[in-house]
Amino acid sequence: MAKPFSLPKLRTDDIPVVMSAGFIVVILVLGTVYTLATIGTAPLLTPNYLLTQLQTGSFLGIVAAGMMVVILLGHIDLSVPWTMTAAAMMATYVGGDLAIPTGLAVGLAVGIVNGFGVAYMRIPSMIFTLGVDAVMRGLMVMLTGGFSPRTESTPLMKWLAADKILGIPVAVFVWAGVAAVIATILSRTAFGKMVYATGSRESATYLSGVRTRRIVVGSFVISGLCAAAAGMLLAGYSNKAFQGMGTPYLLPAIAAVVLGGTHILGGRGRFIGTLVGVVLIVLLNSVVSIMQMPEAGRQIIYGLVIIGMLLVYGRTARVTG
Amino acid sequence: MALEQQTPPFVQLRGVSKFYSGVRAIEDVDLSCRRGSIHAILGENGAGKSTLIKIMSGVVRPDAGTVTVAGDQRHFGKPSEAVRAGIVSIYQELSLMPDLTVAENISISDPPRRLGLIDKRAQDRRAEALLARIHCEDVDPRALVRELSLSRRQMVEIAKALGKNPQLLILDEATSALTSGDVETVYRVLAQLKQDGVGMLFISHRMHEVEALCDTLSVFRNGRHIETFAKGARNQGEIVKLMIGRGIVHQFPSRPAAQTREAHLVVDKLSWEDRLHGASLSVRKGEIVGLGGLDGQGQKELLLALFGVLRDVRGSFSIEGNVTSPADPAEAKGGTNRIALIPEDRKTEGLMLGMSVVDNLLSAAYDKVTRGPFIDPEKSRKAVVDAIAKLQIKVARPNDPVATLSGGNQQKVVIAKWLMTEPSLVLLNDPTRGIDVGTKQEIDRLMRSLADQGTAILFYSTDYAELIGLCDRVAVMYDGRIVTELAGDEATEERLVSAALNITSAPQEGANQ
Amino acid sequence: MSATTPDASSPTVATRRASAITRAINQNRGFYGAILLLGVLYIVYNFLHPRGFTTNVLIANTNESVVLCFVAAAQALSVLTGGLDLSVGAVMTLTNTIASWLVRGEPWQIAGGCLITLAAGTAFGFTNGLIIVYGRLQPIIATLASGAVAMGLALLLRPTPGGDVDGDLGWAATNSLRDLLETYGMFDDGNAAWVQPIGWFPVPLLVIIVMVGIVWIPLRRTVTGRTLYAIGSSEGAAFMSGLPINRARLVAFTLAGFFAGCAGLYLAIQTGVGNADISQAGVYTLNSIAAVVLGGISLLGGVGSAVGAIFGAMILRVISFYFRVLSIDPLMQTLVEGIVLLAAVSLGALRTLRVKNRLELFR
Repeated sequence: MAKPFSLPKLRTDDIPVVMSAGFIVVILVLGTVYTLATIGTAPLLTPNYLLTQLQTGSFLGIVAAGMMVVILLGHIDLSVPWTMTAAAMMATYVGGDLAIPTGLAVGLAVGIVNGFGVAYMRIPSMIFTLGVDAVMRGLMVMLTGGFSPRTESTPLMKWLAADKILGIPVAVFVWAGVAAVIATILSRTAFGKMVYATGSRESATYLSGVRTRRIVVGSFVISGLCAAAAGMLLAGYSNKAFQGMGTPYLLPAIAAVVLGGTHILGGRGRFIGTLVGVVLIVLLNSVVSIMQMPEAGRQIIYGLVIIGMLLVYGRTARVTG
Repeated sequence: MALEQQTPPFVQLRGVSKFYSGVRAIEDVDLSCRRGSIHAILGENGAGKSTLIKIMSGVVRPDAGTVTVAGDQRHFGKPSEAVRAGIVSIYQELSLMPDLTVAENISISDPPRRLGLIDKRAQDRRAEALLARIHCEDVDPRALVRELSLSRRQMVEIAKALGKNPQLLILDEATSALTSGDVETVYRVLAQLKQDGVGMLFISHRMHEVEALCDTLSVFRNGRHIETFAKGARNQGEIVKLMIGRGIVHQFPSRPAAQTREAHLVVDKLSWEDRLHGASLSVRKGEIVGLGGLDGQGQKELLLALFGVLRDVRGSFSIEGNVTSPADPAEAKGGTNRIALIPEDRKTEGLMLGMSVVDNLLSAAYDKVTRGPFIDPEKSRKAVVDAIAKLQIKVARPNDPVATLSGGNQQKVVIAKWLMTEPSLVLLNDPTRGIDVGTKQEIDRLMRSLADQGTAILFYSTDYAELIGLCDRVAVMYDGRIVTELAGDEATEERLVSAALNITSAPQEGANQ
Repeated sequence: MSATTPDASSPTVATRRASAITRAINQNRGFYGAILLLGVLYIVYNFLHPRGFTTNVLIANTNESVVLCFVAAAQALSVLTGGLDLSVGAVMTLTNTIASWLVRGEPWQIAGGCLITLAAGTAFGFTNGLIIVYGRLQPIIATLASGAVAMGLALLLRPTPGGDVDGDLGWAATNSLRDLLETYGMFDDGNAAWVQPIGWFPVPLLVIIVMVGIVWIPLRRTVTGRTLYAIGSSEGAAFMSGLPINRARLVAFTLAGFFAGCAGLYLAIQTGVGNADISQAGVYTLNSIAAVVLGGISLLGGVGSAVGAIFGAMILRVISFYFRVLSIDPLMQTLVEGIVLLAAVSLGALRTLRVKNRLELFR
């Protein structure tokens, strides 16, 4: 505060955060230039527009928060899409006051199964969670006959996802709550430190007398719960659950975490980075949709941005025998 | 002797040095290897033998000095270049791919080809011929390497090396995994190779083997080439003295007068796989017991077994009279066990290198600094400050990554992190290897002061001087057992080295004293 | 040789040969287990099928399997090196859309279109390899991202399903050998004497055999191919042995792209259209992993073969045939596939129970 203009010294962990934040500014500028040139206004810079973006971004933000914990371990959770869908479907199916607890229970169960397979059976998370995703999809297809369930979301789910308090969408508060909890876990609790330690070097953490397998299970549970919460919010937003509703969230969630500087092999990354990464992805999305870029362009941009960022941060050491 | 000097050496090293992050591995080494001669390299653990071999076989580049092969100066960048020059190493099954067949492994880098494709039959025949040379007709060339016993794998490794037409064959402890029958066979093959004019560099800890095979011996100590002499020029006792050397400047904390306190740890016939064969020992409160012996005699496994890392350990051990069998390190450090293990490899087992000094220091003792699930910032700050002060860890900012610290300070972080758990038994797995003398002395003093406070310490070191200087008692391991126990004042380097080499008759003592 | 061999050694030769067979089976238990499972499943299936054991059933079944077989072969190459290629389904989709534009018109245009399609797949795989080898990225994440790029390109080419792939080729490639010859008026419309005994042979099966025969079998017998196995088996030992590790990885991902291109091309010829279906791409990628595991390839690398992966793919397909012949609810299919995958990888996990030093679990 004393010297407002002196830049604090950057740590290596901060560089991706700063670069992503810079990229956000670039996107806003480019998007505004585009809209000024075509329609003569700057909707990107109006608070209302930004709040709407944050509202839809909150689903991604919650998924990414859980995904980050798993990636910090050096693992990945590919079961997110159908955990979201299953939680949403079960919640709307059960309905009433038990809707949200049911959805969360689905997330908890998926997390425990994932964690067991990865930590105790030591199956690569990439494959195990992919299998769990298929099983969840199979179960949901069986349950619903392949159609979207006709039951509607409960009023509470709708309120959480679509209503506003003081002009600010409730979903944004939910996201902020989840973010605060995860950020606290990661930086203020022993569990969080052990997540980083396990991802950094599991053998050393194990030899420090940490029960690393429980840490892994706990992290997958967090990811499952976050995915379930996001799924239910999404169902509240669109009034009901539907087939494949979670699928568009997997790659952007991983992208947001990686772009925010979390190391894909685990052990390094700051939660603020994931927040910035989510905002980046959301704004990227909204700009390409303002530009009426088709799905094709979105996919290509995601892919190239991830590869490009990884080439800067994610390089592994060379093998020398 | 006169004849040898007429032929120029095949490989000649002049002034070769290699440092690993500032620590000397070998320095200013001159050595020559001739054709048709078996040349033994002797030295204690860490004398620089393996670095020497790595340089000659192209695995690492020397920092200084020259390597001349058959008169030409060479700079090997990778192992295959050394092989092309005729220098072939036999590793301890390091270069075999377990999922490939014996024949594929033997011909891996240059398989016989027909029309550009690998000719499997020719490859099998080649493997058969090479295996027949070392009398391993029973090994099927089409068997997978992972199906073979350790001894047979080692023989395949030897066949693989022979297939590369060596001019100089380097055998690094190549016989240590062999059964006695195979050892005999290998001796005959080596004798034949010698007749054929192949030079050999033979690294072995088995003294009788060296005596039986080699015609020239070189002794290394602390990364330096001490002396080279013909076989028979010196007796075993003299050789051992050369290996140990004189003039070690290392001050050890003074040992307190022997006290008889009650036993803290009692180990009763621990066995595990083929690494531990009924190891028994005890450590009293306030006592530092050294574990000696050559590398790989089960010392590491003994410590891991006590720490709950190994599965299916037979035998038992007790702490303060209570039999315990921790299922994992978490149980070993908790409850009434209160064991700490300073592991061997601080980079993969001791530290999370990417994380900060603070996070590393707290990593074993979060239960001491948390309130509920939350870390108490005040408690943890105090604990970290105390630890840094107590061990005099040189760190600019505690939040810097631990990887930025020097090796010695990293090791202090590992020790400090375990002292935070207030252990009653500390297991140390060679904690001072590759650490400068100053830090070594600090660590030694720290261990002694811990012992004075009543902590029981089991200390494995590959440094004999340290075992003698620091420990109240030294237990020497050989082949998974404790073969000799020496009280502090009985422990001399001669005795330790003899016990470690499992020479039954110790060299005559007191000849120079 | 036999003339000079003394009689006394003949039994040894015989026993040695016998033991060689047992050894081959023991060394490739996963592979032979897959063949056995496939054989049993398929024979039982034919008994259950009302028109079982006919050429038509065989042709129909192989038609349904070819694409997955190619995708599985693609996945096998990267898994052997110890990596995973999550872009195979997307590359298949991309080449499918490319083929839907190019494989039509004059015969030379069709041939050129086929070549360009395969070249595109190969080039994409090569790019993956470059990113992974020289960018030093984890294969799984790099291909997850590059798969998105492939998917985007496919969507650019075919925002909606469409295309008009040469119908003759479609007919010829999906029926029997005789039909193929008849379509193009070769060998007396397929009535030449030598064609008779093999005229029934399904072209799709022939396509797989030819492609695997000209790519995989020779590859196995080169130093590069052997290095693939060496990397997966022990990368450190491969380095110590001076093997061309980078080249082998690059070749693995390039050929993975080639096989994915084969899959996309065949899909276009078979369906006549290009379809940039994201979920279809995902399903193929998932199934390719399941096929690789079922076919006896270790996910840690070094063990198995592309041929095994093809058998694994066929097993998956035969399982789905059962849903029809037993009129099980097809909605169960995804669930069964997921459970089969989880069961297959769990079998591989049994080794963790045998680890005596728990530190080894972390390597």
